[in-house]
Amino acid sequence: MLEQDLEKIFQNKIDNEIKIEPKDWMPDAYRKTNIRQISQHAHSEVVGMLPEGNWISRAPSLKRKAILIAKVQDEGGHGLYLYSSAETLGIGRDEMINDLHIGKAKYSSIFNYPSLSWADMGAIGWLVDGAAILNQVMLCRTSYGPYARAMVRICKEESFHQRQGFESLLVLSRGTDEQKAMCQDAINRWWWPSLMMFGPKDSESTNSDQSMKWKIKRKTNDELRQQFIDMIAEQIKVLGMTLPDDKLKWNEKTNHYDFGEINWDEFWNVVKGNGPCNKQRLVAKNKAHDEGEWVRAAAKVYAAKKLNRQKEKAA
Amino acid sequence: MSFTQQKYFYGDIPEDHTGKDNTSTTFETKNEWPLWEVFVRSKQGLDHKHVGSLHAADAAMAMENARDVYTRRQEGVSLWVVESKYIHASSPDDADSFYEPANDKIYRYPVFYQLPDEVNHM
Repeated sequence: MLEQDLEKIFQNKIDNEIKIEPKDWMPDAYRKTNIRQISQHAHSEVVGMLPEGNWISRAPSLKRKAILIAKVQDEGGHGLYLYSSAETLGIGRDEMINDLHIGKAKYSSIFNYPSLSWADMGAIGWLVDGAAILNQVMLCRTSYGPYARAMVRICKEESFHQRQGFESLLVLSRGTDEQKAMCQDAINRWWWPSLMMFGPKDSESTNSDQSMKWKIKRKTNDELRQQFIDMIAEQIKVLGMTLPDDKLKWNEKTNHYDFGEINWDEFWNVVKGNGPCNKQRLVAKNKAHDEGEWVRAAAKVYAAKKLNRQKEKAA
Repeated sequence: MSFTQQKYFYGDIPEDHTGKDNTSTTFETKNEWPLWEVFVRSKQGLDHKHVGSLHAADAAMAMENARDVYTRRQEGVSLWVVESKYIHASSPDDADSFYEPANDKIYRYPVFYQLPDEVNHM
């Protein structure tokens, strides 16, 4: 069959909401885009463990510590779901991880900001996971089957992340003056980077909307960002805190909140590797991987030895 | 400050123009632990269902990893793991001819048989 016929069949499936599965024919660019996006998503989950892992040993109570450990373990699990779905596209696990470690592959820039106080754990759960969930809910309907299925599994677990974050901030917001200040400070620091998570404005993008046409993506950055702002601007009232944007105002005409300008220079700077923690994160990730090398090697040798013994017994 | 603007969706940061292909097969993968497919029975009485895959050095480790990755919230009461290389799969390219024998046998369906109203609930 001619390539253009195959492409027509492929696009027909997508237009008719039929999922693409690993062994189906797909355009190279579709495969490549999915590999890039799914692996970046996996890396984000894995690197996302670092800012939170930072507070496990200093959690204020055993309950909060258990919750935080469960959440960090979930992030690791989500990374694994995603790596395994990327692997169905023909890329190896080691190659993806290597790309992350040498700085070739990207991950969400939000994790290049430091987690300075305990209240950051709440703010990350509420704002960062809250922003991620909007993207992930949309991705449950993405056109590549294994990716969509991984997202369904992730979304089921992710809701706990956001709720525990909000609840943790709620406790601080009703606490001492010092705790209230800590809560407000964390919100102030995480608000703008959370908005940047959605990526540049739609009007800044000049390329064709291939990802939308292929239904890898189903909503634009601005749509998702607006949805997030509308949601958070209401929820913050329950906390009795404020968002650090004096232009934030309900607009009766659009039925959405208006908001101030995002600092795009900062955004591109962090994407390019110059955020507060970019280097630190990669160093930590590489260190963990290198220090685990002997475990991986030992497990492999042990498995081979066991297999040999079985064979000798059988012979 | 000026950066090249590219289509950039949330969750997908485009590659810089490094000219490198992500899908190159030259990468050394011989040190990877083998890949295993995981099947979970969610409760007694239901079939095991494929949920995804993972890497493990041997079956015992695959079982423990599967528990930690796919059943952290009591999603299963039984697990199967099988090394991916032992799975044989039909090919979507041959689907038309492969499933063709079933296409013209409508008499295999109950609705093929028109019965009198008295017994039509059969």
